[in-house]
Amino acid sequence: MTRKLNLRIWRGDATDGALQDVVVEANEGEVVLDVIHRVQATQMGDLAVRWNCKAGKCGSCSMEINGKPRLACMTQVASYGDDETITVTPLRAFPVIKDLVTDVSFNYRKAMEIPAYEHPKDLAPGDARMEQIDVERSQEFRKCIECFLCQDVCHVVRDHEENKKSFAGPRFFIRIAELDMHPLDMLKNRKRTAQEEHGIGMCNITKCCTEVCPEHIKITDNAIIPMKERVVDIKYDPARMFAGLLKRDKRN
Amino acid sequence: MTNMERHNYDVLIIGAGGAGLRAAVEAREAGLRVAIICKSLFGKAHTVMAEGGAAASMGNVNDKDSWMVHFRDTMRGGKFLNHYRMAELHAKESPDRIWELETWGALFDRTKEGKISQRNFGGHEYPRLAHVGDRTGLELIRTMQQRIVALQQKDGRETGDMESHIKVFAELTITDILKENGKISGAYGYWRESGSEVLFEAPAVVIATGGVGKTFKITSNSWEGTGDGHALALKAGANLVDMEFLQFHPTGMVWPPSVRGILVTESVRGEGGVLTNNLGERFMFKYIPEVFKNIYADNEAEADRWYLDQDNNRRPPELLPRDEVARAINSEVKAGRGTEHGGVFLDVSKRIPADVIKKRLPSMWHQFYELAGVDITKEAMEVGPTCHYVMGGVEVEPDNAAAVGVPGLFAAGEVAGGMHGSNRLGGNSLSDLLVFGRRAGMGAVEYVKNNGDNPVSDASIKTAAARIEAPFSREGGENSYSLHAELQEVTHNLVGIIRTGKEVEEAIEKIADIRKRSANVSVAGGRKFNPGFHLAFDLDNMLLVAESTAKSALRREESRGGHTRDDFPGMDSTWRKVNNISSFDGKQVNVKAQPLPPMPKELFDLFDIHELEKYLTPEEIAKGGSN
Repeated sequence: MTRKLNLRIWRGDATDGALQDVVVEANEGEVVLDVIHRVQATQMGDLAVRWNCKAGKCGSCSMEINGKPRLACMTQVASYGDDETITVTPLRAFPVIKDLVTDVSFNYRKAMEIPAYEHPKDLAPGDARMEQIDVERSQEFRKCIECFLCQDVCHVVRDHEENKKSFAGPRFFIRIAELDMHPLDMLKNRKRTAQEEHGIGMCNITKCCTEVCPEHIKITDNAIIPMKERVVDIKYDPARMFAGLLKRDKRN
Repeated sequence: MTNMERHNYDVLIIGAGGAGLRAAVEAREAGLRVAIICKSLFGKAHTVMAEGGAAASMGNVNDKDSWMVHFRDTMRGGKFLNHYRMAELHAKESPDRIWELETWGALFDRTKEGKISQRNFGGHEYPRLAHVGDRTGLELIRTMQQRIVALQQKDGRETGDMESHIKVFAELTITDILKENGKISGAYGYWRESGSEVLFEAPAVVIATGGVGKTFKITSNSWEGTGDGHALALKAGANLVDMEFLQFHPTGMVWPPSVRGILVTESVRGEGGVLTNNLGERFMFKYIPEVFKNIYADNEAEADRWYLDQDNNRRPPELLPRDEVARAINSEVKAGRGTEHGGVFLDVSKRIPADVIKKRLPSMWHQFYELAGVDITKEAMEVGPTCHYVMGGVEVEPDNAAAVGVPGLFAAGEVAGGMHGSNRLGGNSLSDLLVFGRRAGMGAVEYVKNNGDNPVSDASIKTAAARIEAPFSREGGENSYSLHAELQEVTHNLVGIIRTGKEVEEAIEKIADIRKRSANVSVAGGRKFNPGFHLAFDLDNMLLVAESTAKSALRREESRGGHTRDDFPGMDSTWRKVNNISSFDGKQVNVKAQPLPPMPKELFDLFDIHELEKYLTPEEIAKGGSN
């Protein structure tokens, strides 16, 4: 079953750009990335789009489809109406390079700011023993495919370039949570630095990140909220505040 | 060479999948300055697609396992065409490589005792695959990516610059490996984003570019699998070994068409999935080859019992090595017993409760539900063979991964040949890239210590720059997308899962014709992030790889592992003694036979002599090992 599809593609670069309409064939079962590839092979040889695995596992083909941050490889053409025009635009929170490709280097810079995992010094390779139930909490966050859709949708940076400096974004809050809940990680103060250095306090828990996550990670409920609560406990616990007056509390 | 950038490093690593990143860690830890090149964004390499796990005989689930058993399984799986030394190093070192990942923060699934859990897989005698659900590759690449960041943070504390010793160059394509005075001097390429050119000067280059799947029409590989490293190595004067051996993974998705080829992990069978044809028949019992009759169950009752008691029952034939299962599915479909869309059924829903399926195979559930509208906890999947892995690759020295014939060049991971013989066992790829990624890093360190800088000459730069400019200077030439599609048809139809001499000869002619026309590819648009331009270079690599595969396939007049000749259906022990070695003379690929080094006695003696008799010649058996 082949049909004609109206596709509206944003084309341009950092200086200038506009939406362009094309009509392209769409076959049964195809995803949006398939029709973009068809446009590329038959009508616009230089149309820029990122992709890799085409199976929802690598997180490369992130873009906005009818205004929603999505993976193009996991978005069925059939999920839109037969007469509906599908509009594809680049991620809005990041600077455009060309067409559907944006400069996502912000995320790689933030990744370098999160302190790495610290293995216990006296624990030799092969000696680690962990319960499955204890690794599962962090494993949920390690499912992240780094598609950066959560970073794109987040209000704190989506239209506020000025917040980027002090805000790591949901992807890196789950990275901090993952390390914080890691049964073996030795580095202290992860929650406190989440607040003081990575801007978790700026999140106002609208859960947009959770909604767009293609891996269905409960970013807000399982990572951000528990960390926020713990930060509050640590910072405003009267007993700790008193102890802190006597001796600067460095734990957590 | 518009605005050419120039960089100088000790080691240049081409490819940022598991092997490349593991090599980078090794070289940095030895004090070297390392550049990592990735064609995609950092962390998107094809390693993320590995699902099942990493094979290592840690013995956490069955303590009878050991490196000797793993070595035996690997040689058996490769039908004894493996380089014995690579298989030996791999089996001995993989447990340490897995445990090391844990010290870098990896979180594998656990056993009840809290150790790393290990699962069953095709061709492995004991449960051996360390895993994280069915997303083990992602865990592996993320762990290594984060290890690189950890090293960068350490450098930042010490030098004030996080990128002082390791720098990742993302979305950059290498078009030439450069040599001066017969030794490696660096590499040349372009930023995919801007199209501007980059020169890397480095005395050592590690190729870790992965596979060649995009040469074929139905493949589990992403666009990156275009055989870049294979072609770069050939052009730099290295050899490729046994390029006729391609692994067609038995279970790729077949429906809908847009996802055709996407991998369905072998863990589905490892967890108890059964294969049936359109008559409802569990057909694998018919396809147990003679050499495996004593270790695979020939009836359903025993096969089913194996899942509960592995010591007293033989394994289900669904877990035969991949080449056997792929050929069996191919035969069933050809005989008219396939599904509506040309596959067979793979069903896990009848054996395992829905919640367990979702827990053990989460991404499979996801993939089928979202892309095919199939709920695998209730229904069967439709699957068929897909081009998955190339066993052939750069000829290397096993101990240090040095490419034979090119001082300063190293290769590790899928791009290297020899380790897997004629067929790779599932789970041996992730462990391969850790073991040999590290060894390539060590090899490069040793080489750099003993060899100083080798500056790139202006003449080399000029030649490399001219090649990049060429497609823009032509007008109205061939379209690289159409030539790529043509090549995929040729390989799929004529050098695919079942081959004949006549068809392969036809393929060689057709590939030569496409290659001639590809010299006239022209590119529309500018240099900035232009996929048509990018494909022109990838195409050049794929054509060279396809030529090497077809010419090797024509020479090998037998069927073994990932090479099946309809006109030579049997395995021939005289062919087992030789590798097909491809080299490039500047115009075409030439293939010649080269004797395979025989196993020394201590490894020879690990096998039952009656098993070896099935593979080796009587003279080899009489000799009993090379020493």
